Amino acid sequence: MDLELTASERQFRDDFRAWLQAHVPPPFHGDKSQQTDYLRAWQRTLYEGGWGGISWPKAYGGRGATLIEQSIFQEELALADAPHLLGTIGLSLVGPTIIAMGSEEQKSRYLQPILSGDEIWCQGFSEPNAGSDLAALGTKAHRDGDAFVVNGQKIWTSFAQIADWCLLLVRTDSEAPKHKGITCLLADMRAEGVSVRPLRMMSGDSGFNEVFFSNVRIPATQVLGKINEGWSTAIAALMNERANLGSGIQVLFRRNLNALIARSHKMRRNGRAASEDPIVRQKLAQSWLELEILRLNTNRALTSLSKSGVPGPEGSTQKLYWSEMNQRTQQTAQEILGPYGQLAELDDGMWAYSYLRARGNTIEAGTSEIQRNIIAERVLGLPKSY
Amino acid sequence: MDFDLSKPQKLLKQSARELLARECPPSRVRRALETPSDPELWQTIADQGWTGLSIAEEHGGLGTGLVELAVVMEEAGRVCMPGPFLPTMWAAAVLAQVGANEQLEKIAAGELKATVAIADGEEARFVMEAHDADLIVMVSGRPARRPTGVSPGGDPHDPRDSYDPGDPGDSRDWYDQGDSGDSRDPYDPGDPRDPHDSRDAAARDVPRPAGETPAHLITSGATVIRTPSMDETRKLSTVRYDGDLALRADISAATDLATVALCAEMVGGMQWVLDTTVEYAKTRQQFGKPIGAFQAVQHLCADMLLLTESARSATYYAAYERSPLAVSVAKAYCSDAYREVCNKGIQVHGGIGFTWEHDLQLYYKRAKASETLFGDATFHRERIATLVVDPAHVREFAEVAQ
Repeated sequence: MDLELTASERQFRDDFRAWLQAHVPPPFHGDKSQQTDYLRAWQRTLYEGGWGGISWPKAYGGRGATLIEQSIFQEELALADAPHLLGTIGLSLVGPTIIAMGSEEQKSRYLQPILSGDEIWCQGFSEPNAGSDLAALGTKAHRDGDAFVVNGQKIWTSFAQIADWCLLLVRTDSEAPKHKGITCLLADMRAEGVSVRPLRMMSGDSGFNEVFFSNVRIPATQVLGKINEGWSTAIAALMNERANLGSGIQVLFRRNLNALIARSHKMRRNGRAASEDPIVRQKLAQSWLELEILRLNTNRALTSLSKSGVPGPEGSTQKLYWSEMNQRTQQTAQEILGPYGQLAELDDGMWAYSYLRARGNTIEAGTSEIQRNIIAERVLGLPKSY
Repeated sequence: MDFDLSKPQKLLKQSARELLARECPPSRVRRALETPSDPELWQTIADQGWTGLSIAEEHGGLGTGLVELAVVMEEAGRVCMPGPFLPTMWAAAVLAQVGANEQLEKIAAGELKATVAIADGEEARFVMEAHDADLIVMVSGRPARRPTGVSPGGDPHDPRDSYDPGDPGDSRDWYDQGDSGDSRDPYDPGDPRDPHDSRDAAARDVPRPAGETPAHLITSGATVIRTPSMDETRKLSTVRYDGDLALRADISAATDLATVALCAEMVGGMQWVLDTTVEYAKTRQQFGKPIGAFQAVQHLCADMLLLTESARSATYYAAYERSPLAVSVAKAYCSDAYREVCNKGIQVHGGIGFTWEHDLQLYYKRAKASETLFGDATFHRERIATLVVDPAHVREFAEVAQ
């Protein structure tokens, strides 16, 4: 047991930290329509600096970074207040899946633009009638010569409004059992018949979208993995998704909690600063310790993943923990701030936004119920449930 | 970074598990409910060298880190091991701090069972295993568990809140030495969060076993009165002593060490409850299938796993880091988590879970006793708040984050 960074991990951190100091752009304050360009430029800067797709093997233009280094990378990005990564789906989910399951042609065609941010990806998995039960998806594709023709609808698709490509799950065999008739396609979002409608969340965000496919032709060369075996591709991709949640988010939560603690010194409660109120202190301490344990759980999961090499159900415990933790912390924030916490003007509406945004945490990327099912069945070995 | 036990630590864990499975089965734990002491079990522990784990080599110990002690304590907690191991390790930490090397060497050699009694006036309450101890380390006053700073939540008229800020371990933290036993209201419930402010059981008219005098005390002439309690696998006593107390020291660092050991024991207990519950959910049939196939049951088990693993992360980090903050994070979390894991475990078991016959009762009671020992979650959250909410520390953390 050695919780210090090794010499090479420290070197990695120091190098990246120094690079970030020199390269992180000032926060974006311009017209909303130009934000995508700003974010694309940031990802290109990272790429040109040699920091794009650090987890990818060197052979594919990555850095071959260890899991611990990836965690450091996420932490440093958050600490430096760097803009978020527009191409995150491509970098953390699509790229690794193409590297694992793609043909050589696919690798040479798609990987480099993911790294550079020239092509942004989204993930076409969830559907109106296939959420937790993803394998029930009904978007259909039938073979027509050298192409598949896709009809159907996806929902909750992050980044679809700006994406160039979509990792798309479709049903190619309606007769087969539901897990057996799914195929994974690499779909061009600019193709004819694709339309995108942003969904407005209660926080005011429009990060999610609906995507409609109407007779969209996708060349058969753009099947990822094997026809009708897309479910295993999807599982590999989802494991990457959940394994990636934790390191960066933990720093963002820390910053949010530090801001709340600072606020608690300014808010009044029972004639004194809220920070002096014993109940407030209990709640802040509880949030602080839960967040500290998220950091420790993350480091343990990273150690375990580093040794096993395969993302496993650790991702589910992590996701379950942080999503429920954040909801409790945002509730604590609202209690401390009272009606001020709902104001658009207090800290630029950060508290109202955080509270509303946290509501989705236990639903997106696999609900808490699904995560508990996964833990029960895959970690504890309990029988499959329905 | 490697947040995992080393190979020797894993071997130690494995051998402790095998030994305790053999030497400390539930039947032996239950025997502790009826008998005051188990010398053979103590000898077994001593033969393993466990009593010397956290004692420096120059005093005859193995001089390993706190992680090794935590590893052994986790396995002890898994079998709900009875007896004076934990209080002896606490006493060893105090003795090391005050340089009582002769006694330390005896503990390392397994020749001395010891405990710590925090006296409030002439009386110390909730003293672990004092009836079975060869040595009671009687300490005057109550240690400050708030390591630095004045708690802004405190009462300005309370002298206990007026001490100067100092470093963790500063002897000024012994701020309550003048609180004599005679002047206090015997029915004053005291500060329930403070494990060392134990006035709530004071002077009640309950029949007590006759007092007895232990073989040896740092300050001789004490009387030990057993106070039967919920968890009789870890027996409590009131210790009375009316002479001058020889030892006045801030033992908060030693108590932190013992707190980490206790947390590790709690993690082991949680693991047993989790394993036992999952096994039961796989075999117990209702409605024609194992109850573990029902999501309502599965989700209880999944939450138990999350609580157990989170408690483990916090505990091993505290064993590694040994800072007051890390220790309080671990104890605050473990205090709530062990109770919750037991609650859920019994819920999954149904009726059999709250019978005398089922061993869950041993863990349920140990969980409750452990929850308050060395400070409950509320107590440790306040200690965390002093470190992370109060202004000086907020600045410090802001700088660290830069």
